[in-house]
Amino acid sequence: MTPETRTATGTPRAAFTGKAPAALNDPRLRANFRRAMDGLMAKRAAQFADPAEWAALRARGTEARARALAKLPELLERLERRCTENGIVVHWAETPAEANAIVLGILQAAGARRVIKGKSMVTEEIHLNAHLEAHGITTVESDLGEYIIQLAGEAPSHIVMPCIHKNKAEIAALFAARIPGQGYTETVDELTAAARRTLRGEFARADAGISGVNFAVAETGTLVLIENEGNGRLSTTLPPLHIAVTGIEKALENLEDVPPLLSLLTRSATGQPITTYVNMISGPRRPGEKDGPHAVHLVLLDNGRSRIYGDPELRDTLRCIRCAACMNHCPVYTRVGGHTYTFTYPGPIGKILTPQIEGLDCAGDQPHASSLCGACAEVCPVQIPIPELLVRLRGEAVHPGPAAVAVKGGGSGYTLFESLGWRCSTLVFTSPRLYRTVGRLAGWFGTLMPGWLPPLNRWTRFRSKPRFARHSLHQLARKGGYDHE
Amino acid sequence: MNDGPGIKARSRILARLRAAPQPPLSDRPPPGAADWTPPVHGPTRLARFRAMLEASRAEVHEVTAADWPARLRELLTDRGVARLLYAPNSEIGRRLAAAWSAAGPDAGGPALVAYDRPVEEMKPVLVDGVDAALTGSRGGIAHTGSVVLWPTAEEPRLMSLLPPLHVALVEEAALADSLSHAIAAWGWPRGMPANALLISGPSRTADIEQTLAYGVHGPKALIVLVIVQ
Repeated sequence: MTPETRTATGTPRAAFTGKAPAALNDPRLRANFRRAMDGLMAKRAAQFADPAEWAALRARGTEARARALAKLPELLERLERRCTENGIVVHWAETPAEANAIVLGILQAAGARRVIKGKSMVTEEIHLNAHLEAHGITTVESDLGEYIIQLAGEAPSHIVMPCIHKNKAEIAALFAARIPGQGYTETVDELTAAARRTLRGEFARADAGISGVNFAVAETGTLVLIENEGNGRLSTTLPPLHIAVTGIEKALENLEDVPPLLSLLTRSATGQPITTYVNMISGPRRPGEKDGPHAVHLVLLDNGRSRIYGDPELRDTLRCIRCAACMNHCPVYTRVGGHTYTFTYPGPIGKILTPQIEGLDCAGDQPHASSLCGACAEVCPVQIPIPELLVRLRGEAVHPGPAAVAVKGGGSGYTLFESLGWRCSTLVFTSPRLYRTVGRLAGWFGTLMPGWLPPLNRWTRFRSKPRFARHSLHQLARKGGYDHE
Repeated sequence: MNDGPGIKARSRILARLRAAPQPPLSDRPPPGAADWTPPVHGPTRLARFRAMLEASRAEVHEVTAADWPARLRELLTDRGVARLLYAPNSEIGRRLAAAWSAAGPDAGGPALVAYDRPVEEMKPVLVDGVDAALTGSRGGIAHTGSVVLWPTAEEPRLMSLLPPLHVALVEEAALADSLSHAIAAWGWPRGMPANALLISGPSRTADIEQTLAYGVHGPKALIVLVIVQ
């Protein structure tokens, strides 16, 4: 990996590798994540105490997601038809730029100046807030965690709990500095009340609400949104205009697919049997109704998903329901935190999704940021084989598949030096004679090799230099009277 | 419904999806999936409903079709509720108003505030001018302790969201074991309202150090009155 070069969009290549050491050396960040992840793992484990129930529910959920993907083009058309019948205006966007332009266009046509937002990772993915702000539209995040990081000018570090990297002292200081009339307090109830006070006014003033979508049901044209705070409901009910943005992969075939997936999602994410609110939106305010938005728009975003769909193995990435269990259980994520991943989706799901969306040329180091321990696949409620996909992407980075399905930026990790190195080792390990010769040479000269010599220096930077034994295990065994069998 | 570039994006996205190789999808569900059946509670339905709601910090009271207005008045008076938002044209709203006027002005309890105009005209009252709201419900879900709301023209959506206290009436006869049972038994696939809701407790957040705090945006408290048979 070439360090310190930048991609066309200005993102540093190998950003993860560059940022990880600083995160590892930050004891406060490490403590914040360790505490949070331990709590989330315990809560999830308590929910799935019955292994038979877990296995059956998980199989049912996986089946629903796999079936939805198998029928995706048909389901998207049905979803569009049903939504349109229900009065929801459907838009399609291939790229983040198109999606941002569509949302801006809707807002400008409605004369909207202030937008209140429910939590939505896909709008983080397309950097919608920055686009709207650049065009003079004020956007206020209303999920407490999102509100906190918006005040701090940061990005989410977790897809379910966006400000998990901050402790309450940091939040107390932030509120005291940024909310007019707010004194310093570390009492969680008082901090929450301060956010409620400030945001109530924002809800009442907003010209439009923007939200994500958890499940888009093709059968009935229903957008399912789950949340605990009520801010999602407020964002989608109080302002006269609601715009929902979602990835095309969120479609489900039937309403009856929702209960098993809902159960898997909330129990995996926060260990709750259900979230406080499950909001099912099937259209704008109907004649005679006294509230609800007058117009509802749905923006379907591709942004590389149809390309991922083209590969039968990588397609499993799209089954994800964004519960975050994989990151909660990831030993790497827990130690470096979400910001180290630079892009919107951190942790194991990010490590397979980001390189496919952004390209292996700018996020090619992410599939390597894993010990392949398999904890993520073990807890994934829809059985995404994350470790297998990590290995596949590592391969794509050096030997890309056929051009039609190749992952964006495939082959960008290829270096002649590494390739020669592997070719040599293949030769050595497939020829007994060569293996013995090299082993003997290493025994004689290996110890004389200076520690600063690349690539040995990668090892000796943190560890003492190994001493090579004079005799190999083979030789010792033969001497001890052991033969081949 | 699309503008020019949107139509192009639509056809390109669908073309790419259609061009993708389709691994055969078996008609039968994969091994294990058929083993899942929605949870059943039967005779313990009400007990489960109550236990799950209470675990989420909601209050549950059993009432009868005859005595609920009086019980409600007691509960609200105890909590010092001065203004109660209600839906004047719903059946529940009419019962409530009748009970309040029958009891006379000296009976105590909160004053009734009607949600009888569009939100645009009611905003200040809704956002800051009431202490509680009373709604009916489509029913309840025992397994997760959820109240099912189908807001209507008579009973608007924001009633269960803006006031600091939400009181919901649920008929015991309209309790379903699980969401799956409710979807099938109530024929949801045949027609959904513009907005349907499951409410399983007061508004809450754990965004600050995973510490639970209530009432961050929606009601700080939820009272469920179950009308038992």
